[in-house]
Amino acid sequence: MSLIAPADQQKLRDAFSEMTRPVHLLFFTQALGCETCVQTRGILDELPLLSDKIAIDEVNFVLEPDQAAKYGVDRVPAIAVEYEDAGERRDSRIRFLGAPSGYEFVSLVRAVILAGGGESMLSPAGRARLASVDKPVTMQVFTTPT
Amino acid sequence: MAFASPQITAYAVEATEYPDLARKYQVSGVPKTVVNDQVEIMGALPEGPFIEQALQLTSGK
Repeated sequence: MSLIAPADQQKLRDAFSEMTRPVHLLFFTQALGCETCVQTRGILDELPLLSDKIAIDEVNFVLEPDQAAKYGVDRVPAIAVEYEDAGERRDSRIRFLGAPSGYEFVSLVRAVILAGGGESMLSPAGRARLASVDKPVTMQVFTTPT
Repeated sequence: MAFASPQITAYAVEATEYPDLARKYQVSGVPKTVVNDQVEIMGALPEGPFIEQALQLTSGK
């Protein structure tokens, strides 16, 4: 049984149809001691069913520590959003820590569409300002599952 | 924003699953944004002010 209602599945299919390039969700997980990893896998498994441009790449957090370090992931469940551009894998530098349920799921969907070539929600002025940043910036946005 | 700049990495953190992080950054309400462990932005702001607050430490001044 799907976790997503049929009407919402159709809305998501329509939204994902905007995508022009493949998106990979790197799902960092571990088998033991991670309740929400199972929940997260269940949510993520729904997405490739709604778009052939979305793939889930599972990364074992315990067995592949170098992958976790590469993506700045120090806990699970975590998701890193990547995309393919001209055949090359690129990191969107968008991460999700914790299960993407509730409103976080909407944020994840937006991130997937953006990485997949969809329109930015930012204004041209905002994008120009951000493009001028010349030092590393790490932003953590705290949310709750409501 | 991360998508608009190669310098920016963005984490969406589920606060109830990571109480240690929520405590470290004294998250009492959401959304709360922490930039480079130093700048705190409470709540949602319009795009322009949000970007300026987020980048205030990186403006090169």
